[in-house]
Amino acid sequence: MEEELTRESICQQENLVYSRTPLMTPKALSYCPGCGHGTAHRLIMEVIEEMNLQSQTIGVAPVGCSVLAYDFLDIDMQQAAHGRAPAVATGIKRLLPDKFVFTYQGDGDLAAIGTGETIHACNRGENICIFFVNNGIYGMTGGQMAPTTLPNMKTATSPYGRDVVSMGYPLKITEMIAMLPGTCFVTRQSVHTPANVRKTKKAIQKAVQCQLDKKGLSFVEIVSNCNSGWKMTPLESNKWMEENMFPVFPLGDIKVPKP
Amino acid sequence: MEDIKLMKGNEAIAEGVIRAGCDGYFGYPITPQSEVLEYLMMARTEERTGMVVLQAESEIASIHMVYGGAACGKRVMTSSSSPGISLMQEGISFMAGTELPCLLLNVVRGGPGLGTIQPSQSDYFQAVKGGGHGDYKLIVLAPASVQEMYDFAKLGFDLAFKYRIQVMVLSDGAIGQMMEKVVLDEQIPRQTNEEIIKNHPWATSGKTPDRERNIITSLDLDPVKQEKINIHLQEKFKRITENEVRFETLMCDDVEYLFVAYGSSARVCQKAIQLGREKGLKVGLLRPITLFPFPYDEVAKLAKQVKGILCVEMSAGQMIEDVRLGANGAVKVEHFGRLGGIIPAPDEVLNRMEEIFISKNNYGRGTN
Amino acid sequence: MAKVKGEIVINSERCKGCELCVPVCQQQTIAMSDKLNSKGYHYAMSINDECNGCINCALVCPDGVISVYRVKLKDAAVA
Repeated sequence: MEEELTRESICQQENLVYSRTPLMTPKALSYCPGCGHGTAHRLIMEVIEEMNLQSQTIGVAPVGCSVLAYDFLDIDMQQAAHGRAPAVATGIKRLLPDKFVFTYQGDGDLAAIGTGETIHACNRGENICIFFVNNGIYGMTGGQMAPTTLPNMKTATSPYGRDVVSMGYPLKITEMIAMLPGTCFVTRQSVHTPANVRKTKKAIQKAVQCQLDKKGLSFVEIVSNCNSGWKMTPLESNKWMEENMFPVFPLGDIKVPKP
Repeated sequence: MEDIKLMKGNEAIAEGVIRAGCDGYFGYPITPQSEVLEYLMMARTEERTGMVVLQAESEIASIHMVYGGAACGKRVMTSSSSPGISLMQEGISFMAGTELPCLLLNVVRGGPGLGTIQPSQSDYFQAVKGGGHGDYKLIVLAPASVQEMYDFAKLGFDLAFKYRIQVMVLSDGAIGQMMEKVVLDEQIPRQTNEEIIKNHPWATSGKTPDRERNIITSLDLDPVKQEKINIHLQEKFKRITENEVRFETLMCDDVEYLFVAYGSSARVCQKAIQLGREKGLKVGLLRPITLFPFPYDEVAKLAKQVKGILCVEMSAGQMIEDVRLGANGAVKVEHFGRLGGIIPAPDEVLNRMEEIFISKNNYGRGTN
Repeated sequence: MAKVKGEIVINSERCKGCELCVPVCQQQTIAMSDKLNSKGYHYAMSINDECNGCINCALVCPDGVISVYRVKLKDAAVA
């Protein structure tokens, strides 16, 4: 019996309990170490794999850090202009209503330049899913202020901190779109702990199911870190996120689908 | 029996796209082209052919909905007028970069800015020289009648898919709003999803195990690859230049004084030619139908034959640059245009031709 | 007494050394290597036999570089 417990004997295919889904391409992610984007990507792909939707899925990539999302997700994808992903997804879903259509967007893309497209896709109740990763900063362009940047938070374009008097307040777009009758499921999650990862995956499953059931627009916000932009280590950034982001962007379901 | 109807230009192109098997229209109201969306909504296209019609929240959203649909291999379109087309330039550039076929309609009004709602041809540069950022061209079709508004729906989609390019019908408020008879064709069935997968293997239709994933993107951060993409686009534009030039000539066999005009201006010139011929003047018309590709060769040929060319445009002089390129100094090329939404009168146009080229002693001065 | 035994396999070449997996492991099985991978990161590695295959590390790994294996222990083995 001792021999069965060697590393080699345990690491057999039949004992595998978790590994990267094959719907993630072999390409190394372009994200910074510890960035939540990778986990968010993986969870969406795990759900698509488990629900056997690969051949039915068309995804829309944004402009921002995840502009190259199509390099990592083994599904048909379209890359949208900055902020226009919900309009692009509208075009796809209206013409291919039986496909599973989602957008993957960051806070600058979704809540600044694309606010109009976001709100109107939600208001029309487009039967799509929007996965919204909010890290309160423009990561790809080098850490500028985002619509969701916290008050007094320092960024490259608010170097003395976001002065809400002149620069405005963090935009709670998720609460805003929850008020619209076109949305059916609106939730805010995170991916920084194992428990939160599990909850986020459940939220993604629910969002996908809502679309399959033609219930309207599902919106999953994932509050995430940007350790490079925030100038912290990944572990520090997750702690900072809990202490500073979550009070402004509290986790949990904001609107649950009707049965 | 022929199916003939009296229609507005804007209605004619709307009926044209339905019958050409269009899958989707996404647009936003703006004068003088709102009849396109109104007609499509009234036509109950979902019941008639399954065509989707959606009023978007803006021209920006409209063009990106077109992007999404076109990337699925669907026959999709939008329409607008000048200020709205300016807003769409972002999406058009993205479609140029991703080689997505689509049909665009600009029912031009006077500008700049909000300008006016009356007809104009002042968006020639925007339509013909690119319009948005980056090195690209659209195929630009210039209708001069309601029948052509109708015909260019099908022609536009055919060219768009033949070359994977954006085709713009560059009309104006006069052609859009006027009523004429239109001869209608049989309904062409919309393509099935299976046909799209077979005919447009690049389209995003859901990745199946038998193929790699399809990605529609204009991004490549490697400049060497990006240059190759650009060279590929330029080769396509060259093929189009070689194969798709369309134009019409009127009274050009013995022409001595040539009008060059498109769209509404060409109709004005037609009448001016009639008036001129009655006076014994050998006037004729070259009407470019494709503004890109432009009929440079025909201009060059006629430039060697005539004593003067008058380029008539409802603009301060935009197409004249292409006419001069075609004439290449062989003959004097002058411009006449009205601005801000005014359509020139035929006698006004003929007088100008006479002043400049015929009454030599009165060069540049009025004769009546 | 653990009724399961786990093992993790880390693709150390793909690890970016973010360390998110370290604190979520209740068995203190993961630590960062002193060595660098070819990208210059101190990669995560398994340092003891205490893994119970809970998958926490794999769940939080943004780059998906951790595979987790788990076997149920037979009574004899536990004893």
